Amino acid sequence: MRDGTGSPGTVLVLGGGSDIGLAIARRFVHDGARTLVLAGRDPDRMRAAAEQLLDAGAGCVDRVAFDADDVDDHGRMLKAVVARHGDLDVVVLAFGVLGDQLSDEVDAAKAVQVHRTMVLGGVSVLTHLGQLVRRQGHGDIVVLSSVAAMRARRANYVYGSAKAGLDAFASGLSDALVGSGGHLLVVRPGFVRSAMTAGRPPAPLATEPDAVADAVVAALARRAHTVHVPRSLGLVMGGLRLLPRTLFRRLPDR
Amino acid sequence: MSTCVAPVTSPDPRSPGSRPGPVAEASAAGLSLQRLSGWGRTGFVGCRVLRVRTPDEVAHALRTADQRGVLPRGLARSYGDAAQNAGGCVLDMTGLDHLEAIDREAETIRAGAGVALGRVLAAALPSGFVLPVLPGTASVTVGGALASDVHGKNHVHEGSFATHVASFTLMLASGERRTVTRADHDVFWSTAGGMGLTGIVLDAVLQLRPVETTQVLSVRRRCEDIEALLAATATAAADHEYAVAWVDLGARGAGAGRGVVEGGDHAGVADLPADRRQRPLRQDGDHRVTVPAGWPSGVVSWPAVRALGAARWARAPRRAATRLRPLGRFLHPLDGVSDWNRLYGRPGLVQYQLAVPDGTEELVAGIVRRVAAGPAACPVAVLKRLGPQPGLLSFPLAGWTLALDFPADAPRLHHLLAELDDRVAGCGGRVYLAKDSRLRPETLIRMYPRLAEWQAVRRSLDPTGVLISDLARRTGLATAGDHRRA
Repeated sequence: MRDGTGSPGTVLVLGGGSDIGLAIARRFVHDGARTLVLAGRDPDRMRAAAEQLLDAGAGCVDRVAFDADDVDDHGRMLKAVVARHGDLDVVVLAFGVLGDQLSDEVDAAKAVQVHRTMVLGGVSVLTHLGQLVRRQGHGDIVVLSSVAAMRARRANYVYGSAKAGLDAFASGLSDALVGSGGHLLVVRPGFVRSAMTAGRPPAPLATEPDAVADAVVAALARRAHTVHVPRSLGLVMGGLRLLPRTLFRRLPDR
Repeated sequence: MSTCVAPVTSPDPRSPGSRPGPVAEASAAGLSLQRLSGWGRTGFVGCRVLRVRTPDEVAHALRTADQRGVLPRGLARSYGDAAQNAGGCVLDMTGLDHLEAIDREAETIRAGAGVALGRVLAAALPSGFVLPVLPGTASVTVGGALASDVHGKNHVHEGSFATHVASFTLMLASGERRTVTRADHDVFWSTAGGMGLTGIVLDAVLQLRPVETTQVLSVRRRCEDIEALLAATATAAADHEYAVAWVDLGARGAGAGRGVVEGGDHAGVADLPADRRQRPLRQDGDHRVTVPAGWPSGVVSWPAVRALGAARWARAPRRAATRLRPLGRFLHPLDGVSDWNRLYGRPGLVQYQLAVPDGTEELVAGIVRRVAAGPAACPVAVLKRLGPQPGLLSFPLAGWTLALDFPADAPRLHHLLAELDDRVAGCGGRVYLAKDSRLRPETLIRMYPRLAEWQAVRRSLDPTGVLISDLARRTGLATAGDHRRA
């Protein structure tokens, strides 16, 4: 249950080893969250993340195994977390793969894998979560999408189209949850400097995981359905969407 | 007995924190899915609301409860999540609204759980009776007043609301009806203050108290600092039936914690002006203004607190001044402005009401100074004296109570209140569950030493934990019955 000052009791981060997921978790701990549950594939990263959160003052940090690709296990995993920790107040979907456009676009198996993780994994877990927050009558779901989802670009259309699929599904669920007591926020960051993007040249209006975390908390407080980080990117991408295709295609990659 | 069909078009206008939601799925079961919150308008959650009109309908709802349980709800004046049950069934009790005639011999009146105290008062006053204990708003139901074991400005003399309840009818989670009197000590004092979690109160027999007039003779004066205010409040509580102090948290420097103390006594006929002595029980009209929906956020801020505080201070008399005030306006200052909770805009408000034992005056003064130092703006701070109370979860304890209102989005509010929790629990004090929206399980245990006793009684009355609220889930209040449902 979110308390009167907005502090959640229990927060579940799917993709618990990701920098953005961890930044959001840290921010909730700072705001008084009691219990953090990290769910992910990489035990070492999650252990490090758990230590960080305990240092930041979390009362309890739990770790569970979660593989976005193992869609048959999602229901069982969520049930187990609820059995142990009770109602989930915030669930963050921070898992994803960036892929490598140049090799993915010529290798069908690789391209499908990017979609399997983000689209199929996302659709599966979101469907379970939608039911969960309806049953609970409360709960915030945070879906990490990307500005890349707003219009697929030549330079990253494998990743962009996967995020677009996830974004569209999440946006629909967000509307479906209105009035149920549950809530879903779609977050569209621009280029975030993190482990996932290490080594890539940053795009204009690049941002940090902590900035994403601040934007998420603020957007949840005003019960927004979508937030761009930084906010100006919403306007920029809104404009780019209207750009004629022949021009859009010729934009520099970065 | 079939389940009644609840209205599905719009939420009950008397439930302040309700917003319409999708109804298709729920209406099939005779329920309406609504987003509910407490008076603070902070945590809106989805609940299946059923408006009950008869005890049989209550019993049916209890017997057909699912995993998310059942909770009664009155006029939703508890500030936090005490009267909401996310994902579960919420019984709108305002349909149990029968009010019998006054028993003049016994000086009692029997009222349904959903009757507002204001209605009881309006029915009793023409016969020359009042309720001995009335909270700051008359828009509280009989069931809600009992569940929160509310107090008034005369707690040191009269005890709490439950002190004047002769008996009540309790429906247990099994659907069994039980008449509970004071002789049934454990059940009585676990239900009084039990936050609706021991069973559902169907009706209650309330003791009344005779009065000569509908007026209160009030005496008030300024106090220049918090120490003087504490001393004057203690004196006023000893000398008068009612006593309350307003603390100006907007004042800076040496004046921090200055305030106005007001004592009051029921006026006799002789106290009235000559032209009113013929009709001493005449009731004054209601002078209400309403805060419009859509009031903007951020209005409640330190500059506003300072300006209002200064204006209020300027109006208060330097030396003790006596005046006649209508009972309702003296006792129910919160009722002067309808929907005043909207003043805080969309983020809502958090009230922190603490009780600390006698001898902790320095701690109270310290808390007042701490809150005045910010950064969270506190527009309302009310100080009162309390006496002892037998309820296992009742809020009052012999000492002081201070109620503080904050905008829910005030900066660092979570940290400020956690700090106050520590100070309050550390001296054997507690916060009021009816106002609470943020207490943690570990703090609850420190503040309510008789919690385990209460949980044992609850377990005996509701072994499977059918009755459940968001308050109970958040604080672990009813964990005893809850673990079987997890």
